[in-house]
Amino acid sequence: MFEGFELFPKFDWKWSFVFEILPRLLWATLNTLMAAGTGYAIALVIGLVFALAQRTGIRTVTLIVREIVEFIRSTPLVLQIFFIFYVGPQFGIRLSPWTSGMIAIGLHYAAYLSEVYRAGLESVPRGQWEACKALNFSMTRTYFRVIIPQALPPALPGMGNYLVGIFKDTPMLMVIGVAELMHAATALGSTYYRYLEPYTMVGILFLLISLPTAFGLRRFESFVARALGMRK
Amino acid sequence: MQNYVEYLQTYGSRFVDGTLVTIQQTLLAAFLAIFVAALFGMMRLSEKWLVRGTSIVYIEFFRGTSLLVQLYWIFFVLPLLGVTFDKFTAGFVAVGLNLGAYGAELVRGSIEAVPKGQYEACHALNMSYYKRMRRIILPQALLIMLPPWGNLLIELLKGTALVSLISVTDLMFEAKQINGTTYLSAESFGTAMIIYYLMARVVVSPGMRAFESYWGKKMGRI
Amino acid sequence: MKENFPLNLGSNPPMVRFTKVTKRYGELTVLDSLDLDVKQNEIVSIIGPSGSGKTTVLRMLMTLEEINDGVIYVDGQPLTHMSQNNLLIKANEAHLRKMRNNIGMVFQHFNLFPHMTALGNCMEAPMHVLGMSREEALARSEELLEMVGLADKIHEHPARLSGGQQQRVAIARALAMRPKVLLFDEVTSALDPEVIGEVLNVIRSLASEHSLTMLMVTHQMGFAREISDRICFFYEGKIAEEGTPQQIFEDPQNERTRQFLSAVLAAN
Repeated sequence: MFEGFELFPKFDWKWSFVFEILPRLLWATLNTLMAAGTGYAIALVIGLVFALAQRTGIRTVTLIVREIVEFIRSTPLVLQIFFIFYVGPQFGIRLSPWTSGMIAIGLHYAAYLSEVYRAGLESVPRGQWEACKALNFSMTRTYFRVIIPQALPPALPGMGNYLVGIFKDTPMLMVIGVAELMHAATALGSTYYRYLEPYTMVGILFLLISLPTAFGLRRFESFVARALGMRK
Repeated sequence: MQNYVEYLQTYGSRFVDGTLVTIQQTLLAAFLAIFVAALFGMMRLSEKWLVRGTSIVYIEFFRGTSLLVQLYWIFFVLPLLGVTFDKFTAGFVAVGLNLGAYGAELVRGSIEAVPKGQYEACHALNMSYYKRMRRIILPQALLIMLPPWGNLLIELLKGTALVSLISVTDLMFEAKQINGTTYLSAESFGTAMIIYYLMARVVVSPGMRAFESYWGKKMGRI
Repeated sequence: MKENFPLNLGSNPPMVRFTKVTKRYGELTVLDSLDLDVKQNEIVSIIGPSGSGKTTVLRMLMTLEEINDGVIYVDGQPLTHMSQNNLLIKANEAHLRKMRNNIGMVFQHFNLFPHMTALGNCMEAPMHVLGMSREEALARSEELLEMVGLADKIHEHPARLSGGQQQRVAIARALAMRPKVLLFDEVTSALDPEVIGEVLNVIRSLASEHSLTMLMVTHQMGFAREISDRICFFYEGKIAEEGTPQQIFEDPQNERTRQFLSAVLAAN
């Protein structure tokens, strides 16, 4: 199980190598960010669909959507990525790695986001809906002027966490050949037969992006809450 | 449908083998994660900045980078620093350390959620720190953290699927192999997904709910 | 280091003494150079408007908060400080733990341990802090729970008890430690009106035995008047007036006292 321990036998960090591979890694990082952003955008929209579908009041629809959401949340994303990429050809549809990846990530995180949306909507007191009805507001006005502004602040932390989560899950796309950061690092590693610098740089780059993002998101949450008059 | 039944008869045993490996990985990772979460969760609440700082570094590091990167790093890079794990061990160690970091935040949050009044009562009764934590605070914190831990365990189960990428022969690995030879992707990956789904919905979730119910009664909840 | 304060209070000391005690929260001074004595077996009620520092007095005596200036003595010995080389220095945790056994507190929100029965709540500290044996702790707890009128509820968890019952368990739990001083922090303020009486009855019977020094913060004026030996009226961190119940309620000297009493009595 645990095969050996000798102190730093092959640890010879070469800065020259780092600078050599850095351009390729940074370029791949951009690709990663694009993948994360696109996937998140898809998830935001589909998640809303999932959430609203469960509020229609039609039992069958609610149950079906519920089970779909649970299924997606209970199975590994990497498996879903494989499924979507490979199943297409079996039935004659060729999906590019990028497209399959976006669909998989979009659906997966839509399921998570739908839960966050639902919790936010449910946290708005019933009395708010009743007041809107008493004032004869249209559904649109009710949602946009009253409900969503109150549902948003509690939902933001969850939404922010999943943004960071998507970003960290993009390496899974490498298994179907999407040229994101981890894929680039692995390619470099096997080309030059040195994994130390590429993989370490990947870790550092992830940290450099995810930590400030998480911090910034928390500040954004406070800002929105204050702007909507919900906090001091 | 008939084809699917034949498919299962042919490949069923391989799925079972893979599932067993997945279960092993999940259990080992879970033990590690619980240990790490308890340790770093409580360290996070220490008054000594060194202790607290160490746990913050650990938690932020493992939460800030992705599991896949950590897995590859542990398996490919750590040997260069002198620590060599075989792939099976590297697998559950990575999953356990990663999800343990999330668990640490759950532990911390739950301890902080125990009402302040309980601490004051312990203070008034002159209980020592250890007695207070062991007899009063931690039992109540455990009840608070059970629901989110249920979700965490499912994430852990899903996380073990990544170890297939370093060739650990788990459920995911078997599915990929079978797909590689048969090109029956829907059946191969679909069966794997169904098995993961069943493990999560039929074993983990009800199990956690049952434990929650048991512990809740022990804590005097009606 | 406290130079002008005695190391102990000699023979026949007051049970509690606050000497020039000050407590600040940031810019806000909650207690301002407070001097307060409570004699052995005396029953003192503290009344006053909210924010006047009443609860802070109890919390500092229970060492739930640290004082900013002054010294508190319990039974002649310094509580907040300890003597070293004939000087008073700030007490360390070991000293506090030794002294804390003498003080007990009953809280406004009971703070019972939800995962233990009433009996368990009472037995917990005697066993795990005083090192009592199980049988001893059991016997003492049963006796105390009977005394507060809950003999038939000793195996119930707090969730199954009414507010009044929970508070009575809390009193029994505090008494199980045999403190010299028992503090009551607005113990009926969180109770429904119909159960306040049962809690006051328990306190009344404790008072009538007069073997316990009691310090109560309360809004129950009638009750305070009935059982107290002395009433202290607090205003803005200082004792504005103190005296016997007759003096305070029938003939208050201080204008503020009069204002407070008329407002409180008008509300009733």
